[in-house]
Amino acid sequence: MNVPADLRYAKTHEWIRVEGDTVTVGITDHAQTELTDIVYAEPPKVGAEVKAGATAAVVESVKAASDIYSPLSGTVTEVNAELSANPALLNTDPFGQGWIYRMEASSPAEVEALLTPEAYTAQIS
Amino acid sequence: MSDPASLKHTPLESAHVACGARMVEFGGWLMPVQYSGIMDEHKAVRSASGMFDISHMGEVTVEWPGALAWLESLLTNRVGKLAVTRGQYTLMLDAKGGVIDDLIIYRTGEMSYFLVINGACRDLDLEWMRSRLPADGSVVLKDQGDDYAAIALQGPDSEKILRSLYPACEVPKRNGIAPLTSSAAAVSPLVARTGYTGEDGFELFVPVADGIALWESLLAAGVKPCGLGSRDTLRLEMGYPLNGSDLSRDRTPLEAGLDRFTGLDDPEKRDFSGRPALEQQRTAGLPSQLTPLKLTVSGPPMRSHYAVFAGDSQIGETCSGALSPSLGEGIAMAYLPPSYAVPGTPVEIEVRGRRYAATITTLPFYKKS
Repeated sequence: MNVPADLRYAKTHEWIRVEGDTVTVGITDHAQTELTDIVYAEPPKVGAEVKAGATAAVVESVKAASDIYSPLSGTVTEVNAELSANPALLNTDPFGQGWIYRMEASSPAEVEALLTPEAYTAQIS
Repeated sequence: MSDPASLKHTPLESAHVACGARMVEFGGWLMPVQYSGIMDEHKAVRSASGMFDISHMGEVTVEWPGALAWLESLLTNRVGKLAVTRGQYTLMLDAKGGVIDDLIIYRTGEMSYFLVINGACRDLDLEWMRSRLPADGSVVLKDQGDDYAAIALQGPDSEKILRSLYPACEVPKRNGIAPLTSSAAAVSPLVARTGYTGEDGFELFVPVADGIALWESLLAAGVKPCGLGSRDTLRLEMGYPLNGSDLSRDRTPLEAGLDRFTGLDDPEKRDFSGRPALEQQRTAGLPSQLTPLKLTVSGPPMRSHYAVFAGDSQIGETCSGALSPSLGEGIAMAYLPPSYAVPGTPVEIEVRGRRYAATITTLPFYKKS
């Protein structure tokens, strides 16, 4: 299972990538495997306030709908418009083209509460 | 999931695990929901072949001189029209006309019948049937649910595959049943040409001990293992009802649009359990009608228990729903007031607080080109 070393992880199987003031959020390879064929994604709206640990998005497989929890609190600045036409990107490239939204974090210290790649790897193995 | 210790296990469980199945609880059984993926499995059945473990379904044999008359009183359509080797879809109703189960009955001999009932209500069905057996011993009922392993082979390549594996088998016609191999055993292997997918296909019933060998021979013939997930999307695309979702004790077959599977219009069909309630409902008018809906905008997959709106009023909720893998559209069934059950009527379906435009459509959702 792929767990990139440059990301931090939530116990609920989301990842974040921090680049300057921008945080990109997606779901992990493990999550997409468990969810199976993803056929629909409902990202948050640009400008929405999200809270760490609260539902920010929904992804659906043929069989079930699953909440995606925001790893950090802050404001949504961009959403991945590609996902509405091609939700399968969440399966095929979860750490790349399958990203879900970008945000500006309001409490950057929350990053410290997230798992390191090693800790996340231990959780899913 | 209910208490795992109380879950019932199919005789094919080890084969499912070997094929990489994801196992889930369904109606008290631990069953495979998918292997390679619901989309992939669905498309295999529409274009080539797939197989489903249906060992959780119940098999019941009913025999002896009183069998026909008793079955006529128990089931909605006329059993007497079945020639030996023929089968039909039918329903078993309570006194209020509510659906206890939908099932397939085959006539396997002059005085013998083979019934295939739903897995989730085997015990309830058997209790209902046994409590109504005549006291004079003129009907013998045997629960063979634990004697058989059963596999549904479905898809356009099914006949070719069946013939290659069983060259001596006299392949039955649609809705017919035949011996799969010659056997004098009490649990004799049977093949019925039925299914729940809208494709040509067969349901194979073999003694429990032979189940895994059958699964493996089908696998070796290139048949794709398919789980309950694709079984559900395949049946919903055809508009086939699922007991427990689309059928229940609270709805009659008339509300479910299954009039043609009742003997109400057959002058030779006499009384059966639920008949007076159905006749009364026909006279009074239906309170609701099982109605096919499809989204007219792109939106999330449909699921059960989503509210259906006409303007500002909620007129019902979905009982089955899915993203149709063949059509790429959201499809659903809902019990709605009959005035809305007219194709082309615009409605809305609410998902997570947002409403999506939908329209009443016609069955089947998926029509083979």
